[in-house]
Amino acid sequence: MAETAVEVTGVSKRFRLYHERNQSLKAAFMRGRRAKFDEFWALRDVSMSVPAGKTYGLIGHNGSGKSTLLKCMAGILVPDSGAIRTQGKVSALLELGAGFHPELSGRDNVYLNGSILGMSRKQIDAQFDQIVDFAGLEQFIDTPVKNYSSGMYVRLGFSVAINVDPEVLMVDEVLAVGDESFQRKCMEKFKEFRDQGKTVVIVSHALGTMRTMCDEVAWLDHGEVVGIGRPSELVDEYVGASHEDRQDVGEGQGARWGSGELQVVAAELLHEGRPVTKIPTGEPATIRLHYRATEPVQEPVFGIALHTLDGQHVTGPNTRDVDLSTGVVMGDGYVDLDVPRLMLTPGTYGLSVAAYDHSLVHAYDHREKIVRFDVTPGEPRDQFGVVTLGGSWSLDAVRRAEAS
Amino acid sequence: MYPGPEPKCSATRDPILEDPISALNDVLERRELLSNLVLRELRGKYKGTALGWFWSLLNPLAATLIFTIVFGAILRVTPTEGAGGVRNYTLFLLCALLPWNYFSGVVTGGMGALIANGNLIKKTAFPRELLVLSNSAALFVTFLIEMAVLAVALLVFGLNPLLWLVPTLVLMVLLAVFGTGLGLMLSVANVYFRDSAHFVAIGMQVLFYATPVIYPITLVAGVRPDSLVARWHVDDLYMANPLVHFVEAFRDLLYEHHVPSLGTIAVVVLSSAASLAIGWLLFGRFSKRLAEEL
Repeated sequence: MAETAVEVTGVSKRFRLYHERNQSLKAAFMRGRRAKFDEFWALRDVSMSVPAGKTYGLIGHNGSGKSTLLKCMAGILVPDSGAIRTQGKVSALLELGAGFHPELSGRDNVYLNGSILGMSRKQIDAQFDQIVDFAGLEQFIDTPVKNYSSGMYVRLGFSVAINVDPEVLMVDEVLAVGDESFQRKCMEKFKEFRDQGKTVVIVSHALGTMRTMCDEVAWLDHGEVVGIGRPSELVDEYVGASHEDRQDVGEGQGARWGSGELQVVAAELLHEGRPVTKIPTGEPATIRLHYRATEPVQEPVFGIALHTLDGQHVTGPNTRDVDLSTGVVMGDGYVDLDVPRLMLTPGTYGLSVAAYDHSLVHAYDHREKIVRFDVTPGEPRDQFGVVTLGGSWSLDAVRRAEAS
Repeated sequence: MYPGPEPKCSATRDPILEDPISALNDVLERRELLSNLVLRELRGKYKGTALGWFWSLLNPLAATLIFTIVFGAILRVTPTEGAGGVRNYTLFLLCALLPWNYFSGVVTGGMGALIANGNLIKKTAFPRELLVLSNSAALFVTFLIEMAVLAVALLVFGLNPLLWLVPTLVLMVLLAVFGTGLGLMLSVANVYFRDSAHFVAIGMQVLFYATPVIYPITLVAGVRPDSLVARWHVDDLYMANPLVHFVEAFRDLLYEHHVPSLGTIAVVVLSSAASLAIGWLLFGRFSKRLAEEL
């Protein structure tokens, strides 16, 4: 389908940054005009075309202009130059339940919010049961929304927005609402949406989701398009580039506690004998803990933990689980954890380290997120989840014969 | 391609597009949203109060009582003679006070409409003028009810208004147009300069006394030519206030039962048209940056 759903041509958007937001006539008279401001280009000559029926992602770090672009596409902001053409009805999910009136019932707010999003009364009548059912709020629909929990509030907001039935849906970081089961429902709804051949434009920092969901992504940096292409390639490139300039390999990122007679003074990641902050999937790695004991410590246990950035605990090996006797530790030294192949999928990981007594009850030193490192694409090339199994795929002989 | 209705090609708000006609089309297309916004205002306004809708009548009633006692009984303002020789200060007052209250609500409410709905503007796309229009429309509903109650009161006190209801309704619509135009201008001004609201609050107070609501216009017309007011041409300035003519027209129709003078009609119609046209243009021009200025 070569048709274009959203055509963006040479769009630039300038914001005013006020030095001193003095919104008074007095200030205006004193300075001769309005408060002084700097101009800031949020978007500079951005062009792209979103193909109809595809899911299109916008990636980039904070302040790259992706949300501004989405707002321009949705008609909330007006670009200073350039043009945006959209084909078909557009619905934007920027904030769920924007425009809910707290005093009005859920029912009234469904109608109000629906019409703000461009639905006619008849359409809302037809969808009403579905909207309420999807949000799971049958019993509360006649209660004023001020009495809703925040979860109920966003669920109703999401439910209205997703049932607007637009041809183009624009989403900004609102997929992570509600509890797990509601999130699953949302993802299913999105899939249904895509299967119906609708267009979705999505802004998110959840790169894993972007890689899975999008057919095409555009990468923005400082208001300019860096690249447009297939998500599998561009997302990796983006991850690679955005970590190039990472400086925060320093210590003391997270919490630290413990009695202190034995301290983990530093931790590093070694690749081919050199300390690194980036390492490709599947490469051999060594995690080295430098310790210092100010008095003799009997049979301490050294351990590490790896977490993803969103806090998921990946693994937590320690010396006691493998029955390694550490004897009496005194003075400076180090402990190595040798990993023959680092089976983590590309992404950023946090390393926490600890030294405990043999019962794992008393902490000598426990340091959260002491080091961060990035795993870059390597072999195996798996991209989903956190770990890769390193397996190899094969087809059975019969199929192969049929295929040839 | 697309299931369902034919895809229509719509340019999302071209920056060069400052075409008031297409803005009008936008509004017409979204009239259901307008009616929902009006319902939101009406339903939300007195939610949670014990007296609910009665408040919309109690407020003007209290004002009427105060003015009648202070100006009618204590200061003894003599009202002009109504149709059939009726002289009743309260009726005389109400014929002007209710339109004034409506006008005041439209201007101050319309002015705050954008700021009050800042979040909505920042997060959703819809014609922003609807927020100002919905304020005017919601207040118009209460205005209608108040005027209906007044019509009954007039009937009871021997001023049968039945013949004059239709022209009054037309005049009410013109007043709505006049006030909405001002509301549109002030609403954007208020976003850029938050001081506007305070200026307007003072302005409305001045305007209230500069309009013959609590006193008859004959008192102003009758100032001595050698008085300070006449020498400084304050009385000429006074007549330049379109609201004077609006209020006089309401009194002509409801209290004195005659057609307003041609001059009054001209001022009323022209000022309404001018106010709406200027308001609409200014709003169209300055509303583009609303989402970022709020």
